[in-house]
Amino acid sequence: MANIKQLSETRERLVGGHRLCGGCGASVAVRQVLLGAGADTEVVVGSATGCLEVSTTALPYSSWDTSFIHNAFENAAATISGVEAAYKGLKAAGKIAQDKIIKFVAFGGDGGTYDIGLQSLSGALERGHDFVYVCYDNNAYMNTGIQRSSATPHYSWATTAEVGAALPGKPQRRKDLTSIVAAHHIPYVAQASIGNWKDLVEKSEKAFNTPGPAFLNVLAPCPRGWRYTGEMTIEVARLAFKTKFWPLYEVADGVWSMKEVREKDLLPIEEFLRVQGRFKHLFEPENEHLRALLQAEVDEYYDYIRERCR
Amino acid sequence: MAEITVLAATGNAMVAEAFRQAAPDVLAAYPITPQTAIVENFAKYVADGRVHTEFVAVESEHSAMSACIGASAAGARVATATSSQGLALMYEELHIASGMRLPIVMANANRALSAPINIHGDHSDVMGARDTGWIILFAETAQEAYDNSVIAFRIAEHPQVQLPVMTTLDGFITTHAMERSELLDDTTVAAYVGAYTPEHPLLNGQTKAAHGMFASLGGTYFEIKKAERAAIDASMPHIKAAGEAWAAICGREFAPVDAWECEDADYILVVLGSAAGNARVVARELRAQGIKAGVARIRVYRPFPFEELAQVLAGARAVGILDRSDSFGAQYGPVGLDVRSALYGAGLLIPTRDYIYGLGGADVTLDVLRQAYGELQALAAGELDQSLSYLGTR
Repeated sequence: MANIKQLSETRERLVGGHRLCGGCGASVAVRQVLLGAGADTEVVVGSATGCLEVSTTALPYSSWDTSFIHNAFENAAATISGVEAAYKGLKAAGKIAQDKIIKFVAFGGDGGTYDIGLQSLSGALERGHDFVYVCYDNNAYMNTGIQRSSATPHYSWATTAEVGAALPGKPQRRKDLTSIVAAHHIPYVAQASIGNWKDLVEKSEKAFNTPGPAFLNVLAPCPRGWRYTGEMTIEVARLAFKTKFWPLYEVADGVWSMKEVREKDLLPIEEFLRVQGRFKHLFEPENEHLRALLQAEVDEYYDYIRERCR
Repeated sequence: MAEITVLAATGNAMVAEAFRQAAPDVLAAYPITPQTAIVENFAKYVADGRVHTEFVAVESEHSAMSACIGASAAGARVATATSSQGLALMYEELHIASGMRLPIVMANANRALSAPINIHGDHSDVMGARDTGWIILFAETAQEAYDNSVIAFRIAEHPQVQLPVMTTLDGFITTHAMERSELLDDTTVAAYVGAYTPEHPLLNGQTKAAHGMFASLGGTYFEIKKAERAAIDASMPHIKAAGEAWAAICGREFAPVDAWECEDADYILVVLGSAAGNARVVARELRAQGIKAGVARIRVYRPFPFEELAQVLAGARAVGILDRSDSFGAQYGPVGLDVRSALYGAGLLIPTRDYIYGLGGADVTLDVLRQAYGELQALAAGELDQSLSYLGTR
């Protein structure tokens, strides 16, 4: 892949002037992913309804230096699969040149991917369309105001998983979406993070260059929803990796491999929790056991992925 | 000259033929009774290499319309088919297809909606789509299902229209009954439908296009929706032109309202779809007895042909409106509301009676239609009120 100097000079496809928050992880995720598409390749972008869509496509402006389509919340994968089918159908009709290469990518948040869009995604993956689906996972429904999703961490606060005398935040564990996608046995699946840009751009390049469906689950911290200040976004993403909260791995043609955290970089889960207001209640004395439970859960998931990567 | 092949064919088979001949670039669909044969026949055309179409066998009707929207925005000619629960599942996407001004053609096999579940013909499904911005055509026969499906592409893709078109046929009665049907040759149909040149395709190659943008406060949303109404209101002349151009080729007349013996009729039944044939049989029987009965069949339901219909009904002493679905809580069924509004708008205070009939595929026998015409005579004589009533049920 290109080095960081070359990447810094590569054409941007999500340009400045959009209305995403300062420190938003989603825009970083999109820009890093699109760097992997190849500077000269024509790309059509699809997006689910969500922060990314409302903030980049307010009429009469578009922040996309690509063709762009938004349809609805739960169907970004189905919609981009239709665009890709049109590309094939128009080629078959002789209306697009046979040697013309166009890449297709759909972005959705965790709400639009883990939850309401899961069926549409599963269908498009199974049908084998040649596209990249990118979930920017910010762990909740941020566009509508920090409601819990199936990607929201166990014991996290959210506006529909409140903290009070009876409940310590979200009562359930996160859904393991990346493994669910891997179970579709598509050519390429990866979990990545905006805190590890080189790893992410490499995975994006693989995703775009793999014929057939490819999926990237990218951790994209949200300062508003996670309750930290915007300048810390990349640092929070790095802590997610170093505390095993967000393992980085890929499944390429069925072969699992992971980027392990170096022993000297390993940190306890508290270091990830402590910097975020959504976990503030876990530092009350009566909730110490919940932190221990979370530590056990991240250890368990990390070991589970590591086992699959052997 | 067009070459004609006479077939014994079902409505579904004829719609599939029309789609094959229109040669869409993409067809994304999901199976549902009683539409499934359209998709099955089309899948066979794909397998046999008879079409260049990219066939996308999706995992739900919601994804079917979602993929159609993506494909149409991309610049493809697009078709699909559905029915009943499938159409209901598409509801959100129906508005998006029309709001994005995408000329998608969809066949709907008109079928009852749950609950209770029922797979047979009525208009409950399509009436739920009547306000979605789609042009909606109703076929009486397998032949007309074919004609409407051919015409649909030319209407939808007309540069002045650019709206999705639903071409509907009654579940089982028309989808599955085999009738004598005329298939025109592929070359004639291809020439009639013409090539599709999208205005703002995603896959343009030169300029970039943006579809499905965000229009929040500031009035843009309102303006776009106003333009959408203007578009469907202005589509009627283009629908007529497309229908008449097809009529000139195939020899079968086209009119938004198919008026049978209405000119001097005292008692007219307004009907959509397959029940029109039985209504005409009874009307003919009544005319033999000296009772002037007529049948006004609405073929173009959206945009609603309110002027044409008012003209057809103007001389009647009483009008019966046959509604094969209900609008629960409203004064009448959906067609009843439309027809009475058209009459009022034309200054015609003709007494009407709205009949809910044939729900869930209930038989529409000659007897129930005789009952309706009989009641219209009582209505004209002031012996009956204009309340909603039922035909063919306890």
